[in-house]
Amino acid sequence: MRALVAALTLSTCLISAAGATAIYPLDRATILASSPFDFKVEFDGVVKADDVTLTINGQPAKDVLGKDVSFVEKEDGVDASAVLLRGVTIATPGTYTVEAKAGDETKTVKWEVYGTPATPKAKNVIFFLGDGLSVANRTAARIMSKGMTEGKANGRLNMDDLDHMAFIGTSSTHSIATDSANTMSAYMTGHKSRVNALGVYADRTADSKDDPKVETIAEALRRTGKKAVGVVSTAEIEDATPAAVVAHTRKRADKADIVGMFYDVKPEVILGGGSAYFLGKDVPGSKRKDDKDYIQMFKDAGYTLATTKQELDTASGSNTGKILGLFHTGNMDVTLDRMFLKKGTVDKFPDQPGLVDMTEVALDQLSKNEDGFFLMVEGASIDKMAHPMDWERAEVDTIEFDKAVGVGMEFAKTHPDTLVVVTGDHTHGVSLIGTIDDDKPGNEMREKVGTYDDAGFPNYVDANGDGYPDSVDVSRRLAMFANNYPDYYETFRPKMDGPFEPAVKDANGNYVANEQYKNVPGAVLRVGNLPKNADTAVHAVDDVVLQATGPGAEEFKGYMEQSDVYKVLADAMALAPTEKQASAK
Amino acid sequence: MTGFLSRRHFLVGAATAAILTQARVRQASASPSPLTFDELYGSFSALGLTFSDKVKALADQPVAMQGFMAPPLKAESNFFVLTEIPMALCPFCSTDADWPDNIVVVYLEKTQTFEQANALIEVRGRLEVGSWTDPETGFLSRLRIVDATFGRA
Repeated sequence: MRALVAALTLSTCLISAAGATAIYPLDRATILASSPFDFKVEFDGVVKADDVTLTINGQPAKDVLGKDVSFVEKEDGVDASAVLLRGVTIATPGTYTVEAKAGDETKTVKWEVYGTPATPKAKNVIFFLGDGLSVANRTAARIMSKGMTEGKANGRLNMDDLDHMAFIGTSSTHSIATDSANTMSAYMTGHKSRVNALGVYADRTADSKDDPKVETIAEALRRTGKKAVGVVSTAEIEDATPAAVVAHTRKRADKADIVGMFYDVKPEVILGGGSAYFLGKDVPGSKRKDDKDYIQMFKDAGYTLATTKQELDTASGSNTGKILGLFHTGNMDVTLDRMFLKKGTVDKFPDQPGLVDMTEVALDQLSKNEDGFFLMVEGASIDKMAHPMDWERAEVDTIEFDKAVGVGMEFAKTHPDTLVVVTGDHTHGVSLIGTIDDDKPGNEMREKVGTYDDAGFPNYVDANGDGYPDSVDVSRRLAMFANNYPDYYETFRPKMDGPFEPAVKDANGNYVANEQYKNVPGAVLRVGNLPKNADTAVHAVDDVVLQATGPGAEEFKGYMEQSDVYKVLADAMALAPTEKQASAK
Repeated sequence: MTGFLSRRHFLVGAATAAILTQARVRQASASPSPLTFDELYGSFSALGLTFSDKVKALADQPVAMQGFMAPPLKAESNFFVLTEIPMALCPFCSTDADWPDNIVVVYLEKTQTFEQANALIEVRGRLEVGSWTDPETGFLSRLRIVDATFGRA
């Protein structure tokens, strides 16, 4: 070691730009003991292999990690060197100081490797993820679904009765802002990452599949035991949130590859949309560029296939143990269209199950496994409708999401060894500020917005008691607004003809207000406050509220980084049963 | 309504160009059959869509379709995507794989100035049916209008 350092100081021909060296996993990374991860050092310039020293807690890295690193003199497309070691593990919990040196380039990071209790607290974990679920979504859903009298809610959402909670910081490794890929990846791997990345740290090379990997929760469960795994979403199943349970890619848009990653892990229950990426390229509706027929491949692997709600009901009664349910070529229709308005693509896909149906089938199937299960359920369209500021669709989907949470909580009542977590991945810049009352005088819609004492209470009716308003198009409705937007026509009304498309791209690549809404009575042009390349409202950096109940839920408290949530899940299921602490400093 | 300039140009050219086959002249001269987005598919399922009988019958025939020009993938290009309604794509997923099913890819006879996405246009050209990957862009399409021209509808 001393000799190597001496050799380094003699070296004079190195290109460097001090301080730009990067080590992955990043500084302050928290790593589940014995979980495989890729170790990468990116030097700022071209260095010689002989000049590189890597130490962990003062010992050569290869002694600690059990393998020698491979040296890349010039990375693809980058005029700089790197060292890489894939699939290493550290079994002993403790603090690890990692130092990389080459010439006058030096970089030091610290990792915290954590173990878990030896005995699991929970047999099952149900992780409910409301995409984009913000506080305003919860408040509006409660008022819309349950009503309010004299300032007190007339009923409670299911999630209102979860007894532990935490504020979650969602920021990404390169920005305070964030998206559904890196946020869900933080929950599902315990590592924060960069916008658009899943199950990897974002390195500097262009290839989206070579970035340093970290273990996903599904892989951890496969490695450590026999729990069944379920993934349920109303989005394309290879969309960022459900993909994060299994996937490794720098680019969430690698959807055809993500289907292959699902196939590698083979979750026992896969329910959602996005069949287009399962079909060979010559099938109309396919979005693959190759001839792989993943529908057939999953069937050959023993899955029962369902493509409609009716087929899902049949599959639920079968005993194959594995269900692949794909109910739409793209994203499934939102609850408001699917159950009530029959807009969107419901005429083409008329028999789609809802999130409640899918959650029930998933729990029924997964609970047959005597070793327990991990189930991820995503209410995807809260976000997909918050982006275009279609608040009624976002809220009706929030109500359905809450009903699915209710199914999970009911299951936990009869299976008390179940941890139930309900959270969002990130928030939106949305708030509920009052009501819009058509009966207020005048033609100007803004004069019909009731605030403070003038807001009163909305007049939604739920005559059939199904928890959904019989109509969202009532005369005194909730006034929700985004605090950020592209140019668009504000109509102050629900979009009864189909989901809102506020802006469209012009020939210069700028988003301009969609003129389809120009002639809606009362519509006004609202000039955007976002850059002109923004197509819709954006994610907020605001904290997410996480709630939970059941064994292990007591670890959720105060402020937590999104990546810390993984440790709570790992503790609950005892994924790294070791009490020993590293003796290294 | 703006005229179909390049088509007129094509017809003038066709009259003098001896190398054009008889068949091609006959096709280009024929009045195009109107085709709507609702008529593209005969059935929908998660296991795939099927082209409608009308689309199958019109394969390699001249057609006219109305719709909106989706945001072009690049500013200068001889092709664009025709959609039923004006659309915006999310910035994280605008690969060709994320286009909706009810689109038709249009390959222009020659480059034209792109229209605002808000404007309804009519496209005329020969309908091609079946998957084809553009060797230049890698864009994979299953329904195309080729040798096309367009103008405001």
